[in-house]
Amino acid sequence: MRTTRALDGLVLAGLAAFPMLAPGSLDLGARMAILVLCAMSLDLLVGYCGLITLGHAAFFGAGAYAAGIFAVRASADPVAGLVVGGAAAALLGLLSGVVLLRSRRLTLIMLSLATVLIVQEAANRWGGVTGGADGLQGIAMSPLLGRFAFDLSGRVAYVYAATTLAFAFLMFRSLVDSRFGQSLVGIRENEARMHALGTPVGARLRTAFVISAALAGVAGALQAQVTEFVALNAVSVEFSGEILIMLILGGAGRRYGAFLGAPVYVFMQDYLAREDPANWYLWIGLMLLAIVFLAPGGLTAGVAAIARRIRGRRS
Amino acid sequence: MPAMSDLLTLERVTAGYGATVILDEVSLSLGRGAALAVLGRNGVGKTTLMRTIAGQTDLHGGRVTIGDRDAGRMPAWMRARLGVGYVPQEREIFPSLTVLEHLDVGARAGAWTTEALFELFPALANRRRHFGTQLSGGEQQMLAVARALALQPALLLLDEPFEGLAPAVVHTLVDVFGAVRRTGVSIVLAEQHARLALGMTDEAIALVRGRVVLRAPSRELLERPAPLEEVLAVQQRVQSSDSRG
Repeated sequence: MRTTRALDGLVLAGLAAFPMLAPGSLDLGARMAILVLCAMSLDLLVGYCGLITLGHAAFFGAGAYAAGIFAVRASADPVAGLVVGGAAAALLGLLSGVVLLRSRRLTLIMLSLATVLIVQEAANRWGGVTGGADGLQGIAMSPLLGRFAFDLSGRVAYVYAATTLAFAFLMFRSLVDSRFGQSLVGIRENEARMHALGTPVGARLRTAFVISAALAGVAGALQAQVTEFVALNAVSVEFSGEILIMLILGGAGRRYGAFLGAPVYVFMQDYLAREDPANWYLWIGLMLLAIVFLAPGGLTAGVAAIARRIRGRRS
Repeated sequence: MPAMSDLLTLERVTAGYGATVILDEVSLSLGRGAALAVLGRNGVGKTTLMRTIAGQTDLHGGRVTIGDRDAGRMPAWMRARLGVGYVPQEREIFPSLTVLEHLDVGARAGAWTTEALFELFPALANRRRHFGTQLSGGEQQMLAVARALALQPALLLLDEPFEGLAPAVVHTLVDVFGAVRRTGVSIVLAEQHARLALGMTDEAIALVRGRVVLRAPSRELLERPAPLEEVLAVQQRVQSSDSRG
């Protein structure tokens, strides 16, 4: 418990210290914060509920498009856009959850894939509003809170994304530590037993699905606002897979998995794309294989095992 | 018709899994604070009977009443909220939840608070931060019972709760079930060890191939066990002829 609190503090301190540690990489920092948020939202489903889905980009994309369209057509206020993005994704989560959560395992994966494809095709066809294959352009965000204009250095973008992530993490933390979070773990481990303990499993999973979708939508909205652009591949099967890879890399259901997985993935992607642009996906694949064999619970589990060994040696 | 005071009534219940029928026209009733032993060898339908009361099987016919509610089509979680606490034979402890979290995850407000449960099972109090899989078999069984009590049940379904446990743990659990009964909780106890079960209950039924073949007060069967022994012997003959066939 004490370790968990210290690590929670470390995560928040890390977010606050990043601009001092890497002042020249604030754009990258904002991108990482957004991906961490998205992977964290997926963790609620994969890690805590045990629902494997390849449809998370649908919620990220719904949030991005909703916030982008809202900025272009209604208001360029960033915070209002975040709310709109989160709400749009939550609505999509609510509607798709009713259908998707009737199934599990392979059928759920197939249905989640179908959701992404449907949302992507809708965004493609509805070009007059979404920009179609060219992407949504013409987003020009107002200054944050009416005072801080998004600048070229990426400082405001980083602070905005990191603060949103910090709030989302605090919410995620209280959620997984609550009786609600415990019941999700119970459902993951034994659905029938949770039924017998008086938990309406279906309703509980639908609620988690909507919360997860809303958080992914907020991440999408952040992306749209920070880059002032929404590309069609924000809603793609490929991006869904990438989020899942980030989470597995970091460790699903381990609270901090997204915080390790997403930055390491982005860093490796940047580094490998520069050093070996032709084969970088191959290297990512090999890295994943190494993680699966050496630290099956992801990097978080690997770090925890090393910490235990060091502590064991000391005592 | 169920009597007004009955907590649980099964009327000609036929149930199983999918199209497979295991229970065949089973009828029983249980008053508030009463205890019923369900006897029979392996594979006669004792667990299916427990699961049918808990709402985990497919009901093909008949009527299940809990309190004054028709529960036949009620999902398991609603039955739990009506007061059915089910301790399954396999215990089904959650590996990733601590002892405290087990007691919290389905808890409802009532007399069985976490502290009251720790008083009932001091062994669990010492291991409150341990995960389910870090407990011994006896501790896991205590946790499974405590977790069911945290629901503040009116009816406790105990499916072979003594299986594989050391005599000292069995003794502790027998005392605990006695204490629980004295608080007014009804108990259905499925058990292979007839003598142990009869000593803890008011009435007993014996199942053979999913049918109730014997129904008698527990005390009577303890004093004159011949009819029960005959049923169990018949059952053994049935099983061995099945295996030959």
